Amino acid sequence: MKNALKEIVSGFNSLLTGLRITIGQFFKPTVTVHYPHETLPIPARFRGHIELVRDPDTGKALCFACKLCERACPSDCIIVEGAKLDGAKKKSVTEYKLDFTKCSLCGSCVEACRDGAIRFSRDYNLAGWTKEEFIMDLFAKLQAEAQAAGVPPAAPATAGAVKTEPAPPPPTQTPPPAAAAPKSEPPKTAPVAIDAP
Amino acid sequence: MTNLLNIVFAEPYRLGLALLLIMSFVGLNAAYLVWVERKGAGRFQRRPGPTEVGYAGLIQPIADAIKLLSKQLILPDGLDATLFRAAPLLVMAPALISLAVVPFSEKLLGRDINVGLLLIFALGSINVMAIMLGGWSSRNKYAIISAARVVSQNVAYEIPTLLVVITMIMVTGSMDLNEIVRQQAGGFWRWNLFRWDVNPLAPVTFLIFYTCMLAETNRAPFDMAEAESELVAGAYTEYSGMGFGVFFMAEYANILLGCSVATVLFLGGWQSPVGIGPGLFWFLAKMYFLVFSVIWVRWTFPRTQFYGLLNLSWKILIPVSLFTLILTSAMMKMF
Amino acid sequence: MTSAETSPVQAPRETFVLNLGPQHPATHGVLRVKLTMDGEYVVRAEPVCGYIHRMQEKMGENRTYAQFLPNTSRIDYLSAMTYTHAFVGVVERAVKLQVPPRAEFIRVITSELNRISSHLVWWGAFLLDLGGFTPLLYAFDDREKILDLLEGITGSRLTYSYYRIGGLYNDVDEAFLKGTREFVAHMRPRLKMYRDLVTENIIFRKRLIGIGPIGAEMCRKYGATGPVIRGAGVAYDVRKVEPYSVYPEFDFIAPTFPEGDSMARYLVRMEEIAQSLRIIEQALDKLPAGPVMAEKVPRVLKLPAGDYCYAVEAARGRFAVRIVSDGKEIPYRVKLRSPSLSNLSLFEEASRGMLLPDALAMMGSLDLVIPDIDR
Repeated sequence: MKNALKEIVSGFNSLLTGLRITIGQFFKPTVTVHYPHETLPIPARFRGHIELVRDPDTGKALCFACKLCERACPSDCIIVEGAKLDGAKKKSVTEYKLDFTKCSLCGSCVEACRDGAIRFSRDYNLAGWTKEEFIMDLFAKLQAEAQAAGVPPAAPATAGAVKTEPAPPPPTQTPPPAAAAPKSEPPKTAPVAIDAP
Repeated sequence: MTNLLNIVFAEPYRLGLALLLIMSFVGLNAAYLVWVERKGAGRFQRRPGPTEVGYAGLIQPIADAIKLLSKQLILPDGLDATLFRAAPLLVMAPALISLAVVPFSEKLLGRDINVGLLLIFALGSINVMAIMLGGWSSRNKYAIISAARVVSQNVAYEIPTLLVVITMIMVTGSMDLNEIVRQQAGGFWRWNLFRWDVNPLAPVTFLIFYTCMLAETNRAPFDMAEAESELVAGAYTEYSGMGFGVFFMAEYANILLGCSVATVLFLGGWQSPVGIGPGLFWFLAKMYFLVFSVIWVRWTFPRTQFYGLLNLSWKILIPVSLFTLILTSAMMKMF
Repeated sequence: MTSAETSPVQAPRETFVLNLGPQHPATHGVLRVKLTMDGEYVVRAEPVCGYIHRMQEKMGENRTYAQFLPNTSRIDYLSAMTYTHAFVGVVERAVKLQVPPRAEFIRVITSELNRISSHLVWWGAFLLDLGGFTPLLYAFDDREKILDLLEGITGSRLTYSYYRIGGLYNDVDEAFLKGTREFVAHMRPRLKMYRDLVTENIIFRKRLIGIGPIGAEMCRKYGATGPVIRGAGVAYDVRKVEPYSVYPEFDFIAPTFPEGDSMARYLVRMEEIAQSLRIIEQALDKLPAGPVMAEKVPRVLKLPAGDYCYAVEAARGRFAVRIVSDGKEIPYRVKLRSPSLSNLSLFEEASRGMLLPDALAMMGSLDLVIPDIDR
């Protein structure tokens, strides 16, 4: 009998404690982000779909269609073709299609690329009407970007185009000789410097 | 002009006007209590609640109502059509009728009946039967099981309710709601909640009444019937569109009724706690405070298990309310 | 309450079949449970899985080891880091690759953060099953902080693909270390709030204490691991029994409660969150400097022919990867030992004679993630 009464009293107290906690939360501000009126800043290492990196001087893609990314992809979403333009030492990319309906954002392609020619974008507003919009033609996007930036696109590059754009240092890669030293240094030199698109 | 007013406020017309006002009051409340609940739920959960439809989501209930109205009223095969259609009406009607005897202020009430409390609780039992009819006529095994649960839950919780009400009738000596409120005049220490000279367990009585009100209206933490029943919608499974809408409105109407009766019986009705202010304002303030607490309780606690619910009623609430009844009568007899 | 205690009639009664279909209002996922009911009591519960079978193990036979890595995150998406840990662990064990200590410590920190986030989801979803809607939002608020931390270093919020064979994808930055310390400081008072709001709540306790007893014998019979067996009194935690990575360096306990009911399993998980916070703190204090990737990871990874296994303590129990290799760069067989499948398999026996809501509460306390069952 006594235990029952004690249980009733302690049970009732636990209910009051619960009520006290929730009413306390009632008067605190909301913790949600009121999208679309507010948006969150996207972190530097955010994994959006990949994009081709442009050499700022020549306006051309750094990619020379070595197809390492195509081989590394587990989902077979990348199609890359290139051709050697006259007078150039290396091939240039002529087609780069990403089937984003299959991409899992694993990063194997970005990791496999030895020259930093692809990187993750920070694009997340991707709603579209058709499936075809998600078969992304990254080369065409690059061309459009180059045109918008005013640099004549697809000009035959002079021999030995210099890699001047500080492309974000690629993450630690599997081929050991090319294991770039910067990544393994202490955090302050961590590769977060993705300059604004 | 006076002649016109005399005609309009002559007895049968005045009652008609009162019922009309009550229906619109209930309708408006049913719509906007949903808004209050959703905003309240949001704030308890640290999020804004509806904000897009209209300023601060105020048109959201209207959008919901339009959506419900535009749905097809599906009548499945083999169901008892008359009962199926009658059930939502039977759930709504008692609440509306009962609100006609609740005094919103000294002069504002539908009809001043000297057995007002009896009327309210007599009609309250129809509620139970209506849900049973709704579940039965749906010809759906989940609905029937859930309806059976609701019946046993409501029957179990009517008993402590009535015992508590009998205690209050003994204390006040009247079943006339307006009379009960008039007796609590003079400041908040005269409210029945604080009348410890005749009923030393008055706060306990109030809590029992409040708990039973939650159980009778099937609100969390006692909402087994509508929330979890076999993971479908319970007794309302087969209702679509406005049929479901009416059940929903009836739930809020019942909450309003329960909170107003609690206000009248325990918190002094339209009496002001400090002696000033219009009666209607105080009545509504107290009633809406209780409604807010119902919403507060819903969003805080998990659901009880079904046998826990019944245990609470039969093994705890009924003995305690019997005890308070006997104690009150003893106190009244002796002092 | 079992049927034997409360049902007065001993004669065989009419039963009906109720389908807890693949679509649930509860959050378990696409699991179908065919219930044979006698009124309110469960006579037989037959789980039917396979609605989300994605042939992960078959995919393992068609991809190289590096290519299979993203799949491991998706087997149990709530506990993704720990599953990836098992996979990279088995490959590293097979080729005897030495992972740098900094990478190991960061792996432990991220795995424990992942464990906390998984337990928070479980907690919120479990309470949602029981009818308490608010704690879900509080849990997700805390989980958001973890997800933001992990997004800052990996770029993803749920399926991380952060570990690589030989180390990590990239190093953590100062913001992560600072943020994690702040998170640990923030989380401890929140755990207290959860205890006051939920664990001590009488309604909640009445729902769980004594419900769904699962004894140690039943766990052993079905191979249930994780909080299920620790809630039955057996101190089996892979981090203690088969230590891997750098867990031996940390001072933590594997919480065990002897009662075996749903409340015990609940308390095990809440206590595990507290222990994970301890591990994270110690790991942050002891974090060494250095590289995060092993030096000589072969470009084309071929495991020598043989049979390799590695087990981790995931949020749900013991997850193990077994690889059978025939020397090529694609495995011959990848076997994923799913903790949720073993935990689910005891549901049939344990739920006999229980009331339906009690059986559902017990299923919630088993913490099942259906994609892990079906793989």
